[in-house]
Amino acid sequence: MPFRSDDSVIKVRDLAVDFANRRVLNGVNLDLKRGEILGFVGASGAGKSVLTRTIIGLLPMQAGSIEVLGVELSKASQAERQSVDRRWGVLFQQGALFSSLTSGKNVEFPIREYLRLSPKLTTEIAISKLEMVGLKPDVYRNFPSELSGGMIKRVALARALALDPEILFLDEPTSGLDPISAAEFDHLLLTLQETLGISVFMVTHDLDSLHRTCDRIAVLSEGKIAEIGNMDVMLASKHPWLKEYFHGERAHNNEIQVPVKGRRVTEKRV
Amino acid sequence: MTAGTLLSGQVTAGGLGLAASGSWTAEHARTLEPLIDHATRTDTTVQRIIIDVTRIERLDTYGAWLIERTLRVWTERGCDTRIVGLPDSYGNLFKKVRAGVGKLTPDKHKRTGIVATLESVGRTMTAVGNDLFTIFQIAGALLVAFLSVVAHPRRFRFTSLINHLERVCWNAVPIIILITFLIGAIIAQQGIFHFRTFGADIYVVDMVGVLVLRELGVLIVCIMIAGRSGSAYTAELGSMKMREEIDALRTMGFDPIEVLVLPRILALIIAVPILAFIGAIAALYGGGIVSWLYGGIDPKIFLSRLHESISIKTFAVGMIKAPFMALIIGLVACMEGLQVKGSAESLGAKTTDSVVKSIFLVIVIDGLFAVFFASIGV
Repeated sequence: MPFRSDDSVIKVRDLAVDFANRRVLNGVNLDLKRGEILGFVGASGAGKSVLTRTIIGLLPMQAGSIEVLGVELSKASQAERQSVDRRWGVLFQQGALFSSLTSGKNVEFPIREYLRLSPKLTTEIAISKLEMVGLKPDVYRNFPSELSGGMIKRVALARALALDPEILFLDEPTSGLDPISAAEFDHLLLTLQETLGISVFMVTHDLDSLHRTCDRIAVLSEGKIAEIGNMDVMLASKHPWLKEYFHGERAHNNEIQVPVKGRRVTEKRV
Repeated sequence: MTAGTLLSGQVTAGGLGLAASGSWTAEHARTLEPLIDHATRTDTTVQRIIIDVTRIERLDTYGAWLIERTLRVWTERGCDTRIVGLPDSYGNLFKKVRAGVGKLTPDKHKRTGIVATLESVGRTMTAVGNDLFTIFQIAGALLVAFLSVVAHPRRFRFTSLINHLERVCWNAVPIIILITFLIGAIIAQQGIFHFRTFGADIYVVDMVGVLVLRELGVLIVCIMIAGRSGSAYTAELGSMKMREEIDALRTMGFDPIEVLVLPRILALIIAVPILAFIGAIAALYGGGIVSWLYGGIDPKIFLSRLHESISIKTFAVGMIKAPFMALIIGLVACMEGLQVKGSAESLGAKTTDSVVKSIFLVIVIDGLFAVFFASIGV
């Protein structure tokens, strides 16, 4: 896929969203550029999930505009809307697999609905997707209730990738995974970015994951984007919450040599 | 898009050259698959395959898999296969797709024909046996919980009982009154219509009285409660099971039977007799009003006839069944709820089972009581 970093796949302008009778987002401006992995952080309750859910159309917005792949969502017709739905994949925090379908059928579901391929090819593609996210083909026959948390996330990722989307939304993909699985997930994400050239919008609290995978990081605070840029921008920021976040007690990996994306030397930070 | 623009074949010296072009993406996979299949089917004799992908404009996992699949078919036949002109940007994608096995190992457990039928019959029979076992198990656990609560009355969840009573008893009153009133009215109307032909209109009072108080009042109420509250119990306990709430209770040292099941079943045991009584009265009202308006039987005559035809025994026979039926409904509902597995489908199936099984058992118990009362001559 051609890598054009100049254009934005998502453009959010002056977005305002109310949630539970409270203005949670007020004047959010955000761009997701083609082919980048954008990490999205903010305190719990800052409205990260609200923003994600608003972009993917699960929550109504009060003001502003959201343009995805050149389509202004609030003005789009049903058909335009559906064509956008096809071109993004969403990984929910708990996986949100259909519990009455096997893993394989879960992955096949969007393929079956949108592409109408032969059953043979549908199955082959589903298996190929499962293998792409690092699962064995035989997981195809397992029901979600028979899988571990990490496997559920992988199957859900395979389903999100089923239609070869251009944008991938990830809601805390590494939460609830052990550090080794989380690292594998990061690696997987980078591979997918390289192989498929997808743009990724990732809400996460995992500092290691932010270091390893993200091209840029956006910080949500008080209903606005407080800071946006690469890891160096984050570490240099004067924003009090960010200072606490990246230099606080849990930011232990300042000494550990976690490879930072886009940096040649992994010198000691702080 | 025409076929030629996506894939074209050319026989060269000692081999076949395929040239792929255009967009090999998900949207075109439907057109591409037959092309690929056609190519692999027609040229079975060639020894060497070269797929030229230089002119491919876009490629995704779908296109990559289709090319890979073609290669695999020919490799299995012993052909020499090669891809030429793959742009670097797609190299990783291709490697990733190629790394996969792409097929399932055959399912060993799958059976067909008569064996499958026999297997399913066998499984159903053991399921019925297990159900019977589980219901006794729950009944036993309930008895233990009840006795321990009797021994330590402070442990009893009185608030929970009142809450459930409100839901299963108080909130059910309007619908119970409406339904039993209509049933009483319909029985009276049918009775009058048929009895009138041989001048026995007045006996409709006997029929309504005995039928409603002995059998129908409590039966209708139980069927309503099984559908209304039994299903709710199953769904509540089932979704608590799915979200591991029941496991959480257990790890905190609480007995789920005592905390969740006992107040629910006690609430039913209290509620059903009350509702059965209200239902019986409403049905008598329905019968009386229809007898008056449709049959011309004056309310005074209806009441005095009712006094003659029924006794306190008739009423007692109906009421005594109510708590037993309530117990069965509660046990079945809680048993099914606690058996819910991880999926949404299983929650639905168990809720259906709960209603079907409890209505069936209520009717069975009604039959057993009828035999019992007949043999003691009531």
